[in-house]
Amino acid sequence: MSEGNRLVREANQIATFFHSQPRSGAASGVATHINKFWEPRMRRQLFDIVDNRGGEGLDWLVMEAVPMIRRPPPPEVPPAAR
Amino acid sequence: MPLISEIDYGTPASRSEKMVTLTIDGNEITVPEGTSIMRASMEAGIEVPKLCATDMVDAFGSCRLCLVEIEGRNGTPASCTTPVAPGLVVHTQTSRLKQIRKGVMELYISDHPLDCLTCAANGDCELQDMAGAVGLRDVRYGYDGENHVKPRNNGEINARWTPKDESNPYFTYDPSKCIVCSRCVRACEEVQGTFALTIEGRGFDSFVSAGMHENFLESECVSCGACVQACPTATLTEKSVIEIGQPEHSVITTCAYCGVGCNFKAEMRGEELVRMVPWKDGKANHGHSCVKGRFAYGYSTHRERILNPMIREKTSDPWREVTWEEAYAHVVSEFRRIQYQYGRDSIGALTSSRCTNEETYIVQKLVRAGFGNNNVDTCARVCHSPTGYGLGQTFGTSAGTQDFDSVEHTDVIIIIGANPSDAHPVFASRMKKRLREGAKLIVIDPRRTELVSAPHVKAAFHLPLKPGTNVAILTALAHVIVTEGLCDEAFIRERCDWSEFEDWAAFVAEPRHSPEETEAFTGVPAEALRGAARLFATGGNGSIYYGLGVTEHSQGSTAVIAIANLAMVTGNIGRTGVGVNPLRGQNNVQGSCDMGSFPHELPGYRHISDESTRDIYEKMWGVTLNPEPGLRVNNMLDAAVDGSFKALYVQGEDILQSDPDTRHVAAGLSSMECVVVQDLFLNETANYAHVFLPGSTFLEKDGTFTNAERRINRVRRVMTPRNGYADWEVTQNLARAMGLDWNYTHPSEIMDEIAATTPSFALVSYDYLDKVGSIQWPCNEQHPLGSPIMHVDGFVRGKGKFIRTEYVATDEKTGPRFPLLLTTGRILSQYNVGAQTRRTDNVAWHAEDRLEIHPHDAENRGIRDGDWVRLASRAGETTLRALVTDRVAPGVVYTTFHHPGTQANVITTDFADWATSCPEYKVTAVQISPSNGPSEWQVEYDEVARRARRIAGKMEAAE
Repeated sequence: MSEGNRLVREANQIATFFHSQPRSGAASGVATHINKFWEPRMRRQLFDIVDNRGGEGLDWLVMEAVPMIRRPPPPEVPPAAR
Repeated sequence: MPLISEIDYGTPASRSEKMVTLTIDGNEITVPEGTSIMRASMEAGIEVPKLCATDMVDAFGSCRLCLVEIEGRNGTPASCTTPVAPGLVVHTQTSRLKQIRKGVMELYISDHPLDCLTCAANGDCELQDMAGAVGLRDVRYGYDGENHVKPRNNGEINARWTPKDESNPYFTYDPSKCIVCSRCVRACEEVQGTFALTIEGRGFDSFVSAGMHENFLESECVSCGACVQACPTATLTEKSVIEIGQPEHSVITTCAYCGVGCNFKAEMRGEELVRMVPWKDGKANHGHSCVKGRFAYGYSTHRERILNPMIREKTSDPWREVTWEEAYAHVVSEFRRIQYQYGRDSIGALTSSRCTNEETYIVQKLVRAGFGNNNVDTCARVCHSPTGYGLGQTFGTSAGTQDFDSVEHTDVIIIIGANPSDAHPVFASRMKKRLREGAKLIVIDPRRTELVSAPHVKAAFHLPLKPGTNVAILTALAHVIVTEGLCDEAFIRERCDWSEFEDWAAFVAEPRHSPEETEAFTGVPAEALRGAARLFATGGNGSIYYGLGVTEHSQGSTAVIAIANLAMVTGNIGRTGVGVNPLRGQNNVQGSCDMGSFPHELPGYRHISDESTRDIYEKMWGVTLNPEPGLRVNNMLDAAVDGSFKALYVQGEDILQSDPDTRHVAAGLSSMECVVVQDLFLNETANYAHVFLPGSTFLEKDGTFTNAERRINRVRRVMTPRNGYADWEVTQNLARAMGLDWNYTHPSEIMDEIAATTPSFALVSYDYLDKVGSIQWPCNEQHPLGSPIMHVDGFVRGKGKFIRTEYVATDEKTGPRFPLLLTTGRILSQYNVGAQTRRTDNVAWHAEDRLEIHPHDAENRGIRDGDWVRLASRAGETTLRALVTDRVAPGVVYTTFHHPGTQANVITTDFADWATSCPEYKVTAVQISPSNGPSEWQVEYDEVARRARRIAGKMEAAE
């Protein structure tokens, strides 16, 4: 399975849990979870899927959470590539 | 450093609060009601002679040596079976008593060998001591009559004589030295709860027998060592004592196997370990042990231990031994190069749940302060991370709520997804003791585990659910409690958020959560489930114990939340006898989590994004910390395959064997440019390593472990590290080579830093631990004596939080190609990946992993017991031998993962818990077919492993 697919599956699994929770806090629940536990490069991949691939494969609750997910800083350029 | 000798009071302590005063030999003494006269005497400092009494078991009254005289009473009652009474006047030494005792001893000795000088118990023999105590000077009966001592009598074969049983690898049974005091039999029953021993025959014919007249190894004996400890003579003796002799000093330390955290006396002669004896004052084990902690320490001197650092350019090269300085320099230059080339976040580390708190703490410190990122994780990721999430969300902190002693006050126990008889044996013994006293038991497990039906223990309910349906079962239990009005409303109103409770109650009350509805996919009959729910809600103090069968699922975190809900709805939190109790797999899983091993949190479960927490460490460490969470181990492997993660420092873990989807782990590791493994042995992960740093055992270092009840126990060094350095020194030297100015001279200084920066550890120090023995965190100004029970006056988070738990079927589904469900577990004699226990005589019990399969499924496939079978899943395939048993239900198969050759994790998939990425080890759809031998992967891997273990200039080690 490609890493992008893994990430989509992980995000959707989180959404599945919050689908069963009270509607009012569901999207923020997803966003908080991703903000707390996802390393920046994972969030960067997520935003890549959202921004450049129309959120392909992502649960609608993840999409609803996206505005509340912290955009990671741009990737560090390794000293060797500077 | 003397040999610690513990006082034997002869009979167990009484729990009564009512005190009684009596006079013994002219001394007035006050003791709790129910105390024996023997114990009261000992407390007054008067040792009544005894043989069949010892305070680990109840009084028996058979040896007739402990007789006393009581004014106003007839005869000479046994002091062990006679309780104290107010105003008694007792005499322990009179001419009548002296005469009787001498007569008794004379009879004992007339049927006992007189090889005291060459006997292994010489220096530690109660029979010899008592002969001395009663002044025995002569045996008038001679030694030529009927006896159990001599193989031949007057030239004839002596049928009463039985040869030594040496079948157990760790102790011998020599019937010729037995005085039939029954201490071993009672220890096996009362302390261990296995009932493997009995007295066969009557009168002069009686002797101790294991099982049905079997040898010890073939009997039900679990080799816990309780009988050996109880034996007053050389009848049951450790083989190590026979070989080495009596110890001369001892040191209290903590076992490095499971999460029970038993305290032991390491009994030494010089730097040689003579034996490990469980310590009576150990708060987790109270003088009991299992076959691992008591006996399986031989790995520490195993010939395969690697004692010199090694490096290699490519993993296909043989290892090259180097100096420590060269090894450190190589790691530093590689890690620097990689960070220069691929960026700061391209490296990380894994801390070990087998190492000490101090060692774990400095590895995460090395990552955060030295690597400049938060890429640190620990093996708790793959076992109890859902516990952290679930209990954190509902109660506010990531830990079990009780101490182990709490089980003595429980009335109804739910065990779900745990098999303490195998994985937490000493706690299982304590639980069984309580069950024999009348507590009720509900077992929720796909397998019929030992506790479902053990000698004198029978579960009131066994709910044999289909693997993967925990959340449905737990929610259905809540459904019954809520809809039948069995909630503890007063508790909920006082302690929990009422509106969240109402929302949750409405959710679980929905008809689709009823046991009648869930039966169809859980396989658990509705009536049994209703019965279990009613029993738990109404049976008195209810406690829940759970293990990896709960956490290692796609819904692991949800199941932990469901358990917390169940405890709250029945008011079973915040006092003794109740609570939610995660049984931790490895010795320091709790500690490694506490110490900030997770990439998103600093020590004490404080999120890395919290500025005030970062500030504490930034000031102390003189660095700026990255506020973003780092990569979890599975994400590290993903990122490695992706090309953005290139180096890993692994301390004391074997992710290649223990983590799921071996091929993916192997792919991740082989994509890295520098893998550093610090371990005792060339483990499976080391096959993919470029640098090997030799590790040290728990016997070779100072530190602390924190067990499943949050108890911080001291680990004490009893011998010089064979590799030259304790693990904390290796990490520190590596950090110094990286330019970090670390100057710890002793692990106590690391603990001081932990205490200074972590509120729940504020008062913890080695001095304090030496004074009180052990302490359960939180230990601070509010809880100076620690916290045996948590959430006493309210939840850590404030109000307890009920959270809805919707059952979601795992994506790992059975179908025509993979019709069976594989679930995995552990066995008593082996530990985790087996790196330690496989290198001990414990292999006598479990030399290979077997596949348990129901007779029905076996027959359909033409598989007989002992046949080689091919086990295949969507992830991969392996082969192992079948064990046909109805312990598993039809449709379910089971195996352990202790042996690398089995490659059980080639089969497991990459599905994982939604919240924590804890892998779904417990459910894999598989197919099974007869096989002729190892799978292609096994053959290939075997070759890779063999080549990867070559060391330049050395013969290949035979595994």
